[in-house]
Amino acid sequence: MTGLIVSNLSYAYGAKQALRDVSFDLPKGRFCALLGPNGAGKSTLFNLLTGLFTAPRGDITVAGINLGRQPRAALARMGVVFQQPTLDLDLSVRRNLLYFAALHGIAGPEAAARADAALAQLGMAERAGEKVRGLNGGHRRRMEIARALMHRPEVLLLDEPTVGLDAASRAAITAHVHALADAGLTVLWATHLTDEVQDSDRVILLHKGTVIADDTAAALRGAEALRDTFLRLTGGNAA
Amino acid sequence: MRWAIALAAILHREALRFVGQRGRFVAALVRPLVWLFVFAAGFRAALGLSITPPYQTYITYEVYIVPGLCGMILLFNGMQSSLSLVYDREMGSMRLLLTAPLPRWWLLFSKLLAGTLVSILQCAAFLAIAALWGIRAPMLGYVMVIPALLLSGLMLGALGLMLSSVIKQLENFAGVMNFVIFPMFFLSSALYPLWKMAEASPRLRDLCQLNPFTHAVELIRFALYGQVNGMAALWVTLALGLFSVAALWGYDPARGVQNRKA
Repeated sequence: MTGLIVSNLSYAYGAKQALRDVSFDLPKGRFCALLGPNGAGKSTLFNLLTGLFTAPRGDITVAGINLGRQPRAALARMGVVFQQPTLDLDLSVRRNLLYFAALHGIAGPEAAARADAALAQLGMAERAGEKVRGLNGGHRRRMEIARALMHRPEVLLLDEPTVGLDAASRAAITAHVHALADAGLTVLWATHLTDEVQDSDRVILLHKGTVIADDTAAALRGAEALRDTFLRLTGGNAA
Repeated sequence: MRWAIALAAILHREALRFVGQRGRFVAALVRPLVWLFVFAAGFRAALGLSITPPYQTYITYEVYIVPGLCGMILLFNGMQSSLSLVYDREMGSMRLLLTAPLPRWWLLFSKLLAGTLVSILQCAAFLAIAALWGIRAPMLGYVMVIPALLLSGLMLGALGLMLSSVIKQLENFAGVMNFVIFPMFFLSSALYPLWKMAEASPRLRDLCQLNPFTHAVELIRFALYGQVNGMAALWVTLALGLFSVAALWGYDPARGVQNRKA
């Protein structure tokens, strides 16, 4: 059973090459950190993985389904947490969840049940009727993650999901998503923050549009801190 | 079935946002009302209008300008809702929408329809206030104007969608005002009948005749008086088709509206 396969993916904005022959293969139930400094091509890769762009060359396979050939079937198996906030601040927590469910073809009692389950899992059942505007940043992000799982995807993509959060929220969300991977979800977590990566995680290091390393964090860093490895391999322009 | 669920959800969301943002509703209503009560009231003495279809009697300038102001509501809303898609504020929700497992054209159409229905509600409120002021149309007109507003609203929304996807320079609403909304509005039959334009300059009249907004306004004007302007309907439909194809081309993922974010 495969999680996410990317093979020979290239993309250019006009003359500017953003991704060059990117390939990796994530097995099911694995937490993988897509690590790279700003401008490494992480966002471009996310746009390609979510079908917002299509690449002229290369293939993306989500849970065994080719994104290029069957985009809708592939998208249905994918949960996405975007870097930008995607919640309607003036709608209630519950309404936001139901809207998303409907976009994925889930309505009526089934949608209500899944929204309740998502809220219960977040410990936010009593805040279902509140406007999202009243939630803090950490809660909003937790909610976006729970929402991205409502249609029971097999692969979860997160694009720098901890941007703008305080340290405690950041740690809580990182731990939460690691637990999701342990439970069988394939996770691709883009970040430039090495403290979000655990030793057992797979790390794909993206630099200037190319994969320059692909291994577990432990193997990659050896005796040094992952942060130092990261800075060394990317020429120190991450700080 | 999945398609219908998504459409219903997108319409519902737009309705909830509409109800939630009363300030936006009032603001959108104030603009045409200012034109009606200030501009038109001052202008009625300056402009004599002869009897032209669909009017069967002499009319005041306020009566003439009402369909054009309905068009103005559709024009502003169409631009605003479509362009808000590409501003940062709405960028996230657009991504959420476009990654739903449905055909992109259906998602964009649903969004367009939702925006247009909100515009129609605003036109209804505007027509109701105009009626209280004494500017009334026949009962049949108020029914027939609904499909006319729908078609025109979709056309103008598709234009906004097209602009949002292909034009990168219109980064703010002021640019859109200057280069799209004002020329479209003033070079149309919204404020003056075309024969009046022709008195000033036949070339100006020709320009107005090419403007799809002119045909939207005429479609609304005739419908409001219980008549169908087939020619206008045809033009508006053609423009809708053209703008829709261009918008879909612009939103093609191989090209990518977000391509600008290089």
